[in-house]
Amino acid sequence: MTDAAARPDAAGPRPALHADVVVSRGDLEIAAAFDVVPRHPLAVIGPNGAGKSSVLSAIAGLVPLESGRVRIGTRTLDGLPPERRRIGLVFQDYVLFPHLTVRDNVAFATRMRGGRTAARAAADPWLERYGLAPLAGRYPAELSGGQAQRVALARALAAEPEVLLLDEPMSALDVEVRAEMRTELATHVREFGGATVLVTHSPADAAALADSVLVLEAGRVTQRGTLDELRAAPATPYVERMLAASAD
Amino acid sequence: MAGRLSWPVAVAAGIALAVLVLPPAALVLRAPWADLPELLARESVIQALVLSFATATLATAICLVLGVPLAALLARAADWPTLPRRVLRAAVTVPLVLPPVVGGIAMLLLLGRRGPIGRLLEEWFGVTVPFTTGAVVLAQVFVSLPFLVFAVEGALRSADRRTELAAATLGASRWQVFRFVTLPLVAPGVAAGAVLCFTRALGEFGATITFAGSLPGVTRTLPIASYLAMQSDPDEAIALALLLLAVSVIVLLGLRDRWLPGVRA
Repeated sequence: MTDAAARPDAAGPRPALHADVVVSRGDLEIAAAFDVVPRHPLAVIGPNGAGKSSVLSAIAGLVPLESGRVRIGTRTLDGLPPERRRIGLVFQDYVLFPHLTVRDNVAFATRMRGGRTAARAAADPWLERYGLAPLAGRYPAELSGGQAQRVALARALAAEPEVLLLDEPMSALDVEVRAEMRTELATHVREFGGATVLVTHSPADAAALADSVLVLEAGRVTQRGTLDELRAAPATPYVERMLAASAD
Repeated sequence: MAGRLSWPVAVAAGIALAVLVLPPAALVLRAPWADLPELLARESVIQALVLSFATATLATAICLVLGVPLAALLARAADWPTLPRRVLRAAVTVPLVLPPVVGGIAMLLLLGRRGPIGRLLEEWFGVTVPFTTGAVVLAQVFVSLPFLVFAVEGALRSADRRTELAAATLGASRWQVFRFVTLPLVAPGVAAGAVLCFTRALGEFGATITFAGSLPGVTRTLPIASYLAMQSDPDEAIALALLLLAVSVIVLLGLRDRWLPGVRA
């Protein structure tokens, strides 16, 4: 456990994520294997119900693996509870703590490791960086979608995760602010600099936020590559439709 | 519901409101305010007051200890098959729909000298339950437990379980998740349930008088004392009733928008 306070600019060399997960959700068995290196975010894309979020939950340790394994660098995560994995997860609708202020949401991870006063102070640089300082005293119910997303991201990154997982980060936002928030999120993901996986069903999100794409359909990986590679040779009708729809 | 109400609806609503508001208003207007200090200082009144608050407090404590786990079970039962889930819910609802006197008779049959449990208690421990202060508390627990259970269950259900998962990904241990997330999220529901439970216990009459009787200082609680005084000394009865009304008003003001779903402005 490092005692150095988490700082937004404290980026050292970051490990890669190696995921090989098999999980079941109801009748669906989901299997996906991929490596993600730092600074080259991966977008997991697919239709609703394909099992994208389950893959993230499995990596974060929130649902048990049927088989497979997850490693960060040389560290094996098998059997580790979520709180010891050092994986940041931004939920689809952010799931902020409704009873805590913005400051205490962002300070949460530091608070779990030490005293309240120190945690609140450690939250300051994060609040500054994400433009949240003026909102520090507000509660989640008083935030706009974009503001809530910033809090969720700051809260996850203040925990100093080695890997960042984003579950449909744009879907809870109003259409008008999506483009702007997408650009902002891309900046923050770049600054984070660690291995990042994002789940989405939007090629626009994938294009803005990720270097490569993994397509998941009904629990199976059907294609992987860059968006250009997908466009050049779509492997399934879904990939074709998805790329065509985004061209509009 | 835009626009104006038609007059029959308005009249009916007005009558309904009068039905709710006029009786307590009459109590306040007819109260012997000048004699109130003397009335409330009477031995019989203080005895009933102390007994009522002591038993209702104890009943609330018992309801908390037993009711929170039952609420957790009920919240968990959401994933159960239909039949056991409904049976469980119905069992918790029984005291709400059962006339309290029936509850009192039932407890007498179970815990009386010849009842299946009452006989064992007497044979093994020499304990008789009916017509004791303990019986008052038991009757209060029986009628007020559902209030606590349903309030806490509601809070547990509406607390998004994913906030606990989010806390875990942020490094919170199981204990920290409970301490910093689950508990603060359900605490208002527990508090509201405890207050409702307390007021219901304080007002308990039918099951108490059936199962515990009306022995001054032992089982004669405020509502029973008030009822009995009505035959001999109406002013004392009104003073006692006023006390109970005051407690209800304080509770209503205290709970107002936060916890009572029906009283949100």
